[in-house]
Amino acid sequence: MLADTVIILVKILVILLGIALTAGALLTFVERKQSAWIQNRVGPNRANIFGHIRGDKFKDSIKLGGLLHLAADGLKMLLKEDIIPKGANRVLHTAAPAIVLFPVLVGFAIIPWADHWCAGGLTLLVNHRDVCLSESHNLFSIADLDVGFLFVFAIASLSVYGGAIAGWSSNNKFSFFGGLRASSQMVSYEVPMGLSVLGIVMIFGTLNLNEIVRAQGDLLFGVLPAWGIFVQPLGFIIFLTAMIAENKRAPFDCPEGESEIVSGYMTEYSGLKFGILQLSEFIAVIFIASIVSVLFLGGWQVPYLYGDGFHMPHSAFFPLFALLFFVVGGYLIAVGVRREQMLQKIAGGLLVVLGLVYAVMSTTQANGVQHLPYEGVVLLRLGTMFAKVIFMVWLQLMIRWTVPRFRYDQIMQLGWKIMLPAALVNLLITAIILIPLFS
Amino acid sequence: MYEQYYPIALVFGFAGALVTFIVLLSTFVGPTKVNRGKYKTFECGSDPVHDVRQRFSVKFYVVAIIFILFDIETVFLYPWAVLYKEFSMAGLAAMMFVEMLLFLLVLGVGLVYVWKRGALEWD
Repeated sequence: MLADTVIILVKILVILLGIALTAGALLTFVERKQSAWIQNRVGPNRANIFGHIRGDKFKDSIKLGGLLHLAADGLKMLLKEDIIPKGANRVLHTAAPAIVLFPVLVGFAIIPWADHWCAGGLTLLVNHRDVCLSESHNLFSIADLDVGFLFVFAIASLSVYGGAIAGWSSNNKFSFFGGLRASSQMVSYEVPMGLSVLGIVMIFGTLNLNEIVRAQGDLLFGVLPAWGIFVQPLGFIIFLTAMIAENKRAPFDCPEGESEIVSGYMTEYSGLKFGILQLSEFIAVIFIASIVSVLFLGGWQVPYLYGDGFHMPHSAFFPLFALLFFVVGGYLIAVGVRREQMLQKIAGGLLVVLGLVYAVMSTTQANGVQHLPYEGVVLLRLGTMFAKVIFMVWLQLMIRWTVPRFRYDQIMQLGWKIMLPAALVNLLITAIILIPLFS
Repeated sequence: MYEQYYPIALVFGFAGALVTFIVLLSTFVGPTKVNRGKYKTFECGSDPVHDVRQRFSVKFYVVAIIFILFDIETVFLYPWAVLYKEFSMAGLAAMMFVEMLLFLLVLGVGLVYVWKRGALEWD
């Protein structure tokens, strides 16, 4: 029991401090840099370990490519005065940032970063899944809950309170409107968010997140991995949109709306409390990325990778694939002549490389099996999960900086009049399609 | 059964302690230089008038009420969705589907009613 507790505490430290807080802080820098590149600016690059230097008194400055802005911002926020405005509710004003940060941290408890460690060996490939003979208690997540997604749902509901309390307690009209808008918007998008996942739950028949990821290792038509995005494309779009709206980031950032209500419910915050409010937004971005990866992008699943290595189901088609990739990739390279079409050329080059891999495999791996040690499989799965999370974070930042803000009435209409009916229709279609498949 | 919630309790404790620590840190570190104008609430430079906690648009109440109805219905759908596969495999697919259809019909009628009454309009 004691040993278990110690292991869990270490995992909590690694995941909450190492992944959530550190990556969240890092993301504040990444977002500024990425937005700078999108807008053709340089971005943060001045913070220097020797302080501000005029001329070249010190030739060697240490800037780490602007990464020191992280430390500088953190220190600055910590050393600013914490101002509580006149007439504000002091207790609630202080508690609100904590209430905002708490749910986004707790949510990380149930994200499975890899499959449970299998200590007792595997029986391989029963119905496209590897079954562990004796499951150990060593999970790659803090907790493995059977209610899984319902926990996420509950945590998402909790996060409504923070913004509302922050807005109400500040004794400022802008804050008050911000809090009202935030709570109203968040509850509106919670309904489509909950409904859009029902399709996934119906298909896989479980709420346990690790079980959902395991089930996504199945193959559709013997080739396509059964990831959520392939079996529930509409559900994926609705869920991602609803989650971004829940997080109140652009294009859904009316609760902050600088051009209308100053800074929304953050108006009267300063110092570290303001920093917490900002930071929890970035941590939520990572949480959204991981929950979307788990539910819709196959989580730690690598296509065709099972407990003992790769099992390509389509080895007979390898030469065909190689030919296809060669033709399409070569076409892309040949067509992309202008400098702006660099991306096309790179994509074409990647396709040609993939074609080469398939060409080699079609001669050496005739039965399409490539064995790997179990540790290698686990590492590969862990890396895949992180890669998917990073991709989803990048996607969210791209959306944040390339899509203009909606008006508030547009946000509410989108939530109630488009996404809610769409989620209901998605549910109905899923149910109808599943009847012949299940019976 | 309940031991899978033990790590959750630990996470709650840890996260609670962490956020409390950070918020208290912000209260005790950092200077306090009293200045008469500094503690006024921000109102674009002019003096604030009236109390903030007044009545506000009724639409927010309406949204809250509709949300509670629909959110509870969503949660009711979860047990059904989890069991859909199992019951369908046992040959009860039609029963499960019709049952859900009736439930969604009620939900849909509610949505149409709310829509027609203009509760979803913002202008």
